[in-house]
Amino acid sequence: MSLALLLALPFVGSVAAALLPTNARNTAATWTTAVALACVVQFGLMFPEVRDGGVLRQSFHWVPDMGLEFSIRMDGFAWMFAMLISGIGTLVAVYARYYMSPADPVPRFFSLFLAFMGAMQGIVLSGNLIQLVFFWELTSLFSFLLIGYWHHRSDARRGARMALVVTGTGGLCLFAGVLLLGRIVGSYDLDAVLGAREVIHSHPLYPPMLVLVLLGALTKSAQFPFQFWLPRAMAAPTPVSAYLHSATMVKAGVFLLARLWPVLAQSELWFWVVTGAGALSLLLAAYAAMFQNDLKRLLAYSTISHLGLITLLLGLNSELAAVAAVFHIMNHATFKASLFMAAGVIDHETGTRDIRRLDGLYKVMPITGTLALVASAAMAGVPLLNGFLSKEMFFSETVYLSSYPWVELALPLIATLAGIFAVVYALRFSFDIFFGPLSTDLPREPHEPARWMRVPIELLVLACLVVGVAPAWSVGAFLDAAALPVVGGTLPEFSLAVWHGFNAPFAMSLVAMAGGIAGYLLLAPLLESGRLRRVPIMDRFDGRRLFDRSLVALGALSRGGVRVAGTRRLQMQLLWVVVACLVAAFAALQGHGVGWGDRPRVPASLEFVLLWSIGIACAIGAAVQAKFHRLAALMMMAVAGLVVCLTFAWFSAPDLALTQLAVEVVTTVLFLLGLRWLPKRIPEAVRHPTLRDRARRGRDLAIALAAGGGLAALSYAMLTRLAPQSISPFFLSHALPEGGGTNVVNVMLVDFRSLDTLGEITVLGAVALAVYALLRRFRPPRESVEAPRQQRVLPADLKTDLVNPRTAPDTALGYLVVPAVLSRLILPIAGLVAVHLFMRGHNQPGGGFVAGLVVAIALIAQYMVAGTLWVEQRMNPHPVRWIAAGLALAVLTGLGALAWGYPFLTTHTAHVALPLVGEVHVPSAILFDIGVFAAVIGATLLILIALAHQSIRATRKPATAEAGGG
Amino acid sequence: MSPLLTVAIVATLACYGVAMALAAARLMRGPTAEDRVLALDFMYIVGMLAVLALGIRYASGMLFEAALLIALAGFVSSAALAKFLLRGEVIE
Repeated sequence: MSLALLLALPFVGSVAAALLPTNARNTAATWTTAVALACVVQFGLMFPEVRDGGVLRQSFHWVPDMGLEFSIRMDGFAWMFAMLISGIGTLVAVYARYYMSPADPVPRFFSLFLAFMGAMQGIVLSGNLIQLVFFWELTSLFSFLLIGYWHHRSDARRGARMALVVTGTGGLCLFAGVLLLGRIVGSYDLDAVLGAREVIHSHPLYPPMLVLVLLGALTKSAQFPFQFWLPRAMAAPTPVSAYLHSATMVKAGVFLLARLWPVLAQSELWFWVVTGAGALSLLLAAYAAMFQNDLKRLLAYSTISHLGLITLLLGLNSELAAVAAVFHIMNHATFKASLFMAAGVIDHETGTRDIRRLDGLYKVMPITGTLALVASAAMAGVPLLNGFLSKEMFFSETVYLSSYPWVELALPLIATLAGIFAVVYALRFSFDIFFGPLSTDLPREPHEPARWMRVPIELLVLACLVVGVAPAWSVGAFLDAAALPVVGGTLPEFSLAVWHGFNAPFAMSLVAMAGGIAGYLLLAPLLESGRLRRVPIMDRFDGRRLFDRSLVALGALSRGGVRVAGTRRLQMQLLWVVVACLVAAFAALQGHGVGWGDRPRVPASLEFVLLWSIGIACAIGAAVQAKFHRLAALMMMAVAGLVVCLTFAWFSAPDLALTQLAVEVVTTVLFLLGLRWLPKRIPEAVRHPTLRDRARRGRDLAIALAAGGGLAALSYAMLTRLAPQSISPFFLSHALPEGGGTNVVNVMLVDFRSLDTLGEITVLGAVALAVYALLRRFRPPRESVEAPRQQRVLPADLKTDLVNPRTAPDTALGYLVVPAVLSRLILPIAGLVAVHLFMRGHNQPGGGFVAGLVVAIALIAQYMVAGTLWVEQRMNPHPVRWIAAGLALAVLTGLGALAWGYPFLTTHTAHVALPLVGEVHVPSAILFDIGVFAAVIGATLLILIALAHQSIRATRKPATAEAGGG
Repeated sequence: MSPLLTVAIVATLACYGVAMALAAARLMRGPTAEDRVLALDFMYIVGMLAVLALGIRYASGMLFEAALLIALAGFVSSAALAKFLLRGEVIE
């Protein structure tokens, strides 16, 4: 299988899992396991190709103009990570099947899980830095969703948000750093970057670039001072923690450090920042871990500490240390994943994770107990287990380091101290809960978990043991392959033996063991009795508080900004928009100005002047009456619109006239529907205008006149000069030969500029849906909630033979008879006209847009005469389906071109000979135009009908209340 | 086009203009809302006729279709206004 397919597989799997029904726990788990296992097998088979420094590559054009390739690159190091991600992913998927409750929406979990896995593999397999950052941010997003999986719990929401803010901000820093790095090197390609060590180190931008990249890596790996998000992320389901905090998410940070180690390391700055952060995290997190009473929080702090160890090793600028770091990445992933799963088992079977309450569990769950004991021994660094080997390598690195004298002294001390702490917390995790008298007050009766819930832990612990006993035989080859690209060039000499003789590192291990046991004996009673509740000293220096405070401060700052610069008053907002336009226009004209052009004028004719005078008078009248006589203003606006239509017809633009006319009618109906819900004028509330009111109105009038007059003057200046013929000759000459149509406007809409049209109908659909969604929550104001005056003329209980349109089965009989007959006659005629306009659209005025409006108008007329209920009982138009079908058809037409190897939305014209009709052009743009047609019908109907439905809703309420009362 | 037709079209359009101006005056003055609706409906019809006259002037079949569309759809806005006055809401 190619690398690209392998990279896409988890994402495809994620989409498939998302489509499963909510209760398909077994199917989703099996599917996820199968996908992950397929990745493991495929990656495993690729090992021979990456073994001796081999690199597998595959690349696709992404944005070739900017030198961006989508490139997949796998060397030994990436291979090791890919194996960890998919291997541990497989085990966690099996485990999660038994951990997750059937009541949870499990397919969602597995869908997110697979997507996260894909994003993580995207990071390690990226051959391009921009692409790496993209997948990096993707892991932040999916980890947010995974941590917040139980979103009904506030701690899960808070933890998820904190993780997202910290790692997301770090991701932005990384992006900036990568942009700088790409600028320094001149390429974002990983191979080019890895070959440009000298250029990078001698560049003046090296320090800021390095700091930004490190900010990204350290936030992701939860290194000091950004460690606080990780313990909060423990609100996630345990399989998520086991996956994110052993093999993936937090390992992404150290992956990046190791990936760029050959080119970024070996500088003073690198040493101080990376070693410093690593050493502090190692020590402080191990210290804090000792005092935790929650199994998962203990493991969280231990994870920070172990990542600190890896970071520290990478910071030492020594090749041997880098090899040790790679080795510890593998070891930590195995024992930490098994420990998290063991913690999950204990939580699952006993109902609590509190170390103080758990005691003597070995008696009831001996197998889990043994597994947890071995895994925590590996974490503590007990000989014959894998943790011991890498810890030994770490100790020897700190001892044989050559640096400043005080560093040479301090590092072994820090290492030993952290070793002691590690033994203490490992004992608390294992000894404390498994030995002693069995607890009696547990929420559940503890027993061994289901067989397959234990299998993943067994496999991981087996790996810990095998690697610990026979390291060179089991992982030697893999470690060589993985470490080679990290050190870049040749591997240093190192030996993977269990026993190196009695030397300084071994002495340190012994000290750590003895000190750890002593420390545990001292500390356990204090914690068990509850006398020590908080972490001594450390508790005050909590990054979380700083984080919370800065978020609060940020919120306050934004609120202040909104208070100063924002307003909720529509008048003010409009005023500033208009003023800004005025200022912009005047600024643009400053200096050179614009005069009238010298195009020959069309002589004025009396009848046209008359027509326009009417239009202008009505437009002004509409503005004057808009405040208190809305209906009159609306009618005057309709006249102004009619005059515009006539003007289009006058100047031979029939297609504009057609469209404008249809739009006018729909607008009138829309306004009338809205008028019903506007509050009435309350005469008592009208106060006499004060001097201030008059001044404000005067100012507004002046601004309005300036803006309107300016726009008119600009239009006149433009219309009186000949526009340079820039693009229109192209369209005029290419419409027929290449677009297959003589109506240039329509060919432009559906062919030349069809991407724009696609965007427009998408916006149209989105707007209609937004209007619909807003109106679903619409509550009319108190003044307009009751039935209109005309409907209250007759008392409700009056016996009469007058038709009541609200209750009559068919209002077209005996009420509004003439319009009703006309409207019903219009429907088929309008359909015919629409088909005619549509079919002719490609060659002569018409097209999908105006045809859609005509159909929508005819349908609305049915609503008007017969009422909503009557129409929808007989023919529910389902506007949302029209929108969906229209958009889908338009997109599919575009994609159809892709299938034949042409660019998106290319038009193909077929010549079909039909009986009777003769030869017909059938451009594929016709399908696209049908899409436009359907989207226009859907959007228009959706908005108008959503408004119309308000009147049923408003009257239905009291009716049900009466029914309930009676 | 014959000179007679040219003159006739100008005269027709001028008459239509005067008709529209009178209707516009009614639309502005009212006094009742029903008067205004009638005026608007009338103006739609005169507009349709003007388009027909223009269609003769430009010898364009397309403008006849525009007139058809006014005839077809202009009625809908008048009906909507009538319904609004009669019942207080357009669709119930």
